[in-house]
Amino acid sequence: MSQQLYLSSSPHIHSGETTSDVMRAVLFSLLPACVVAVYFFGPPALAVLLIATLGCMAAEVICQCLMGQPVSSADGSAAVTGVLLAFNLPPTSPWWLTLLGAVIAIVIGKQVYGGLGSNPFNPALVARVVLLISFPVHMTTWSLPAPLGSGLDLVTTATPLGVWKNAVMLTGHAPPEMQAGTLSFFLGDMPGCVGEVSALALLLGAAYLFYRRILTWHIPVAYLGTVVLLSGIFWLVNPEKYPDPVFHLVTGGLILGAFFMATDMVTTPVSMTGMLVFGVGCGVLTVMIRLFGGYPEGVSFAILLMNAATPLIDRYTRPKAFGMPRGEGWR
Amino acid sequence: MTLSHIFRKGLWRENAVFRLLLGLCPALAVTTSAENGLGMGLATTFVLVCSNLVISALRKIIPPRVRIPSFIVVIASFVTVVQLCMEAYFYDLYKALGIFIPLIVVNCLILGRAEAYASRNRLVPAVVDGLGMGFGFSLSLFVLGAVRELFGSGTLMGYSVFGLGYEPLLLMILPPGAFIAMGLLLAGMNRFDARSR
Repeated sequence: MSQQLYLSSSPHIHSGETTSDVMRAVLFSLLPACVVAVYFFGPPALAVLLIATLGCMAAEVICQCLMGQPVSSADGSAAVTGVLLAFNLPPTSPWWLTLLGAVIAIVIGKQVYGGLGSNPFNPALVARVVLLISFPVHMTTWSLPAPLGSGLDLVTTATPLGVWKNAVMLTGHAPPEMQAGTLSFFLGDMPGCVGEVSALALLLGAAYLFYRRILTWHIPVAYLGTVVLLSGIFWLVNPEKYPDPVFHLVTGGLILGAFFMATDMVTTPVSMTGMLVFGVGCGVLTVMIRLFGGYPEGVSFAILLMNAATPLIDRYTRPKAFGMPRGEGWR
Repeated sequence: MTLSHIFRKGLWRENAVFRLLLGLCPALAVTTSAENGLGMGLATTFVLVCSNLVISALRKIIPPRVRIPSFIVVIASFVTVVQLCMEAYFYDLYKALGIFIPLIVVNCLILGRAEAYASRNRLVPAVVDGLGMGFGFSLSLFVLGAVRELFGSGTLMGYSVFGLGYEPLLLMILPPGAFIAMGLLLAGMNRFDARSR
């Protein structure tokens, strides 16, 4: 019986692409940002990256052993969560903070819902927000970049967005020195989370994912476009107070969020219309939190809130079934 | 069903918070510390026992069509008693529980027991049912409060547990922490039940 009759329902053609292929490509695309992080923040950033990644993988293995499930951490999804979590932490995070974040991401953010594919929220962002709410001091202690070989120590400072928010709260208008460093912000020479500082490195990685067709343009374009449009309106109305759209694009975690966090396949809508709605929602929330919220940065909150809205978006953007009479069908 | 059965079912098998999922509003809102949880639980127990007693005694007099308003009047009277006593003798706890003391009136556990048990049973079983349900509720709130306080402030009943070096996981005493702690405790209970079956 070497040729058994094999029965299955359609579709019968498989692209050959597996979860681990996708995860490996994502990990590869995150490499440039890792390199930049270690260049600017040195060994502390490397430690955060290693602890978060290994912590997530270990947490996943332990969870799956305890639940008597086959261990699937070889598919790399836990490693991706770990790297993304590290990207969302300050480079000076103490080791226990990073490890706790890794455990929260995997256990609370992912495994309690049933593991990969079942989690409603982006696990790395869940962990980031839990840590941000629980340890506001550690999570908002930033340091100036000290490039490798420069002999500088990491010096505590505020992020560009934080500087702006402080100035606006105190004086009502933007600080004078703010617009100076747009190019260096773009390259990554600014205080911030481990992986969010260099827009250039992140864009390189994203370009690779576009090339591999793992990313589609819908969410990033809708997200960034909304941010540019909305922050542009505020800037045109009152340039004394509100920063220009380019500043919004290159500071904080917007590029990281738009390309790597808001495009998580599990927690975002499946249809193209849905993705556009999702991106616009993220953009509106991000600008609102940045300009009027209590926190200087709103990318993580915006994406988590839109994650919560994803089932609703999916419900209202279901494509019409082919061949159905007008007005009938899936809805 | 013997009296001890009636009492014990409220503690575990029909536990208000973790099995019937009744009275979740106070269970999630006030359990920021073990002390608050215990205070809320005992206040609710008092109201529950007293209202069960009165409603069971009056069950043949209360006209069925206006039974819910009648129950509420009885319950609200005892809640007022609790509120005034707390304000007089436990002022700190009174301040900590705040709006949730008057809200005991609409605790669905109390109304649920009045409707489902006290209004259909004799006086003694009704009181024992109130005691069992009330202690089960207090125990749940105490455990939930203890877990949240332990991780969220590093203390237990106000005493430091982890020492000065511990950095509290603030989230646990904030509203999302209530849901997370509740879910994990529920999962633990289900696991325990599945094992012992």
